[in-house]
Amino acid sequence: MAITRSTDLSLRLDRIACEGHGACAELLPELLSLDEWGFPIVHSATVPPELAAHARRAVAACPVLALRLDRTRP
Amino acid sequence: MTAESVHESTRPLPTVPGDGSAPGPHGTRLLSGWFTSGRAADLADHLDRYGPLPLDRARRGGRGGPAPLIHAVEEAGLTGRGGAAFPTARKLQAVADGRGPAVVVANAMESEPASAKDATLLQLAPHLVLDGIALAAEAVGAREAHLCVARTRQHQVHELHAALAERERHRVGGVPVRLHELPHHYVSSEESALVRWLNGGDARPMSTPPRPFEKGVGKRPTLIDNVETLAHLALIARYGPAWYRQAGAPDAPGTTLVTLGGAVRHPGVYEAPMGAPLGRLLAHGGGPSEPLSAVLVGGFFGSWLPADEALPTRFTKQDLAQLGAGPGAGVLVALPERACGLAETASVLAFLARNGAQQCGPCRFGLPAVAEDFAALAFGRLDPDGLRRLERRVGLLAGRGACRHPDGASRFAATALRTFAAEVERHLHHGPCPAVDHAPVLHVPTGSVPGADEWR
Repeated sequence: MAITRSTDLSLRLDRIACEGHGACAELLPELLSLDEWGFPIVHSATVPPELAAHARRAVAACPVLALRLDRTRP
Repeated sequence: MTAESVHESTRPLPTVPGDGSAPGPHGTRLLSGWFTSGRAADLADHLDRYGPLPLDRARRGGRGGPAPLIHAVEEAGLTGRGGAAFPTARKLQAVADGRGPAVVVANAMESEPASAKDATLLQLAPHLVLDGIALAAEAVGAREAHLCVARTRQHQVHELHAALAERERHRVGGVPVRLHELPHHYVSSEESALVRWLNGGDARPMSTPPRPFEKGVGKRPTLIDNVETLAHLALIARYGPAWYRQAGAPDAPGTTLVTLGGAVRHPGVYEAPMGAPLGRLLAHGGGPSEPLSAVLVGGFFGSWLPADEALPTRFTKQDLAQLGAGPGAGVLVALPERACGLAETASVLAFLARNGAQQCGPCRFGLPAVAEDFAALAFGRLDPDGLRRLERRVGLLAGRGACRHPDGASRFAATALRTFAAEVERHLHHGPCPAVDHAPVLHVPTGSVPGADEWR
């Protein structure tokens, strides 16, 4: 059976919750970096399949639950 | 009822000729009562001029049928006058399509220091705004409506309470409107801040999504419109889209309120046709009072444009977007040649840095750093390395906050660096120019960062 549901994932950052701990950029440098005060810069919100596992780790590592992984709407 | 038939049964609006292109009273709609009578319109004046509230025209059709008013607003091409210039009909429809009873919020916070148009409108024609609230509520199926004003404007609060009481006494109709006095901070006028405050929280922006039209006040679909937008809607309900389009341009129909400031002969609030060149808009206030170097379009949330580029540019979202600007809330400030654009910008950036919600990284750290670098550029010494750092920091503000406050500050700073590029060079090599000793053109409110307990 063909599965047509989109499996693309995207990062969603709650800018108010974020306290600039920086764990996300450490674990997902391909998509995130930090500004000079330690707050994330999202270079691409779309997570390619090969980075999905790293993205999940980055989400799990955020101590204030500011980072989420959403299924991209097709 | 079709959109075109909406206006047929309505009495013609007197004293509003043609294309609304003439400066002064003849181009007015929202303010026509003021030019006719010379005083603020009470309910009797209002009913005499416009007739009763046409609630039946806003009522939704049968099952799933769209409200004829939403169709009329779409045909009219009305766009939001609070700053984003979003198509009003699309917002109305999205809220009407939401689940369950909707809520209407009228935004009269007008936190933009360079704007006075909402206060002027509410003072001179409050019942047009209140009509707009009632009609919009009917069109989206709302059972409650809220009018949000700044707590600091007690005179306005008093007048609006009186207007609401007058409507109740005379049974004008429509949903009950509750007047709310919110803390007066720059970002407290942002729509998610209104929702948060009405839900019992601080008047500070929230993370979105969900957007208010999906889940707003009481988790219900919530229409948030600027009060001027609602006043235009009240006229469209009465006179129809064809009438509305008689003013302005095909791609930017209707009239708009503008606040003219700086080096114009008669600063103040004017009603002008949309789509007119900026120079024509300034002519409503008597034109420039001296040679100009630049025009600030959109206020503190806006963009600096060189005067020679700005004056022939048409006041439409598309034309302004090509120059990196937007209509905003209709603020135009003419900067005279004698003034220092960098000093003006530095003062505004310091204000914007003090007046963020202090919630997100860019507003807590990035924006104050930008303001500090800019102050060094304008008033002290900044070396080329400092300028590069400033440019990098300006570029990192946009898109990195819960609301658009850092985006606005970034655009304000970036357009200043571009528009005043020659001054930037001069300041880098020779320090502050003599103009910094003159009184500034922009009136920037003083005051410190709001305390944690000042947001409720």
